[in-house]
Amino acid sequence: MTPALATPRIRIPRTAKPGEAIEIRTLIEHPMESGIRGGREGAAARDMLTRMQVRLDGQVILAAELGNGTSANPYHVFHVRLERSGEFEFLWTDERGRIARATARVTVG
Amino acid sequence: MLPRRPLLLALAALPFGARAAPSLEAAIRDLVGEARIEAGGIALRLPPLAENGGQVPVTVSVESPQTAADHVTHIHLLATRNPTPGLASFRLTPALARAEIQTRIRLAEDQQVVALAVLSDGRVRRALAETRVATGGCIG
Repeated sequence: MTPALATPRIRIPRTAKPGEAIEIRTLIEHPMESGIRGGREGAAARDMLTRMQVRLDGQVILAAELGNGTSANPYHVFHVRLERSGEFEFLWTDERGRIARATARVTVG
Repeated sequence: MLPRRPLLLALAALPFGARAAPSLEAAIRDLVGEARIEAGGIALRLPPLAENGGQVPVTVSVESPQTAADHVTHIHLLATRNPTPGLASFRLTPALARAEIQTRIRLAEDQQVVALAVLSDGRVRRALAETRVATGGCIG
């Protein structure tokens, strides 16, 4: 039984003005073991989140492929312009196909 | 400790020449094909000294109106002296208000980081930044 992925943490405003660029910060706890760290004693087993996706009302607005050089506990900051209220979905996928998911609604008005 | 100055000089002289590390050059071409790589219009911010190579903050910011007709489609981050060059690749859309991504990367030792931005018209921009790493991020 593999443990579930950690619950992502999202910092996002609840409200925005029309056309405003909002800042979104995401963090998910994960060791991001590349399988090549550790040197002569032998590397820790590979365990990587390899994809992140951000959707707004179902449309992918940002996608990432996370390489070996992405830090443990992947952290991302980006800005989205909102013209109307919308539902954000944040997804992380690991190499075993496990998915971590979070959602957030931003009301524009 | 390997001498690193020749690599830095090779990278400073664009386009990336045959003297760049083969794996880095191959990784760049895998990402952007044979497109000519231009300097300017892109900023890569790294701390000059990273205390912890396991958590190095990095920001890539590309000058772009981020409209449907003119926007950044991809931002790629590569390491020049990590065991593997790939740090992260991002696919952007005009929904992003700015062509800017902030994240944290793992760096094994003192090195340059390369940021590449692919524009919607196919042009490719690049920026380099150098950081010294006090404690490498690839030690177990």
